[in-house]
Amino acid sequence: MKRPVWTPAFLVLTAVLAAGCVKPTLYSWGQYEQLIYRSYAAPGAVPPEMQVEKLEADYQKARSENRPVPPGFHAHLGFLYFQLGKLDQAQQELETEKAQFPESAVFMDRLLSNLRKN
Amino acid sequence: MTGRALVGTIGWAAAGMLAAGCVTAQPYDYTNYRLHPPRSIVVLPPLNQSTAVEATYGYLTTVTRPLAERGYYVFPIAVVDQFLKENGLPSAGEMHQVPVEKLAEILGADAVLFVTIEQYGTKYMLIDSVTTVAARGRLVDTRTGLLLWEGRRVLQHSSSSGQSNLVAMAITAAVSQVVNTTTDAAHGLSPQLNVLLFHQKDRGLLYGPYHPRYDQPPE
Repeated sequence: MKRPVWTPAFLVLTAVLAAGCVKPTLYSWGQYEQLIYRSYAAPGAVPPEMQVEKLEADYQKARSENRPVPPGFHAHLGFLYFQLGKLDQAQQELETEKAQFPESAVFMDRLLSNLRKN
Repeated sequence: MTGRALVGTIGWAAAGMLAAGCVTAQPYDYTNYRLHPPRSIVVLPPLNQSTAVEATYGYLTTVTRPLAERGYYVFPIAVVDQFLKENGLPSAGEMHQVPVEKLAEILGADAVLFVTIEQYGTKYMLIDSVTTVAARGRLVDTRTGLLLWEGRRVLQHSSSSGQSNLVAMAITAAVSQVVNTTTDAAHGLSPQLNVLLFHQKDRGLLYGPYHPRYDQPPE
């Protein structure tokens, strides 16, 4: 009897090769860009509460995989908390962005100093 | 055709493609870029020369990933957009008029990417639909105002690409049109355009400081 091609070993090899073709990304992207797109394309469809919930879930997933979230992620999350009037969480997220990416310091400091002015 | 002849043919075809690649790839002049290597990039909402109002944010929301994956700090697009709007700049056109030194001062950005969308959208024909995104970008150093890099790309996708059967084409066109009217197909095509624009060997952006290949020639 002719041995079938689709043996488990063959499938594993194929999967490994296919995985090798996909370049690993520097960041765990989650839904960061899609959520911002949806918030522009259909405002109201993704209220800040929903965005916060999804981004916090993305962050937990990234942490569990020990991978960094992308530039701007924590700043955007802080911006959402600010919109919800949760200033302590907003402050914490802006400071996290600054700690993860020192390049953001000037902008984050500016936002932090404006945070409690209104 | 024998196996050996087939291998030979493929070999020649590959050599031909490599040769063609060498002819078209005139490397970009990275002199200014290497003198003023940015760590961070702010992307302003693009100018929209297309007829599609959704182009500005449909494109802007795809640009963070290719730049960050190239190794740069990319400022949060929606936060920057909101910040500039609250500071008296309600449109992309007005944001593009801000002197770059001012962007260095208020954001701390090393470079600013100015994007212009030339074409964006889907054209419907009898049995086919063609989605096009065309964009050009200029990366400018905020300290000196020098142009570090510029590029332009056009990408088209036909709903019938790869189909030769007329009935199958008609069905595909009908299905694609349903899909395309509920989603923004040009937004879906923009990530591929960005890969062509920013990641291409000898024409794209150099690697930024968060990339493992930082300070090495682009591949």
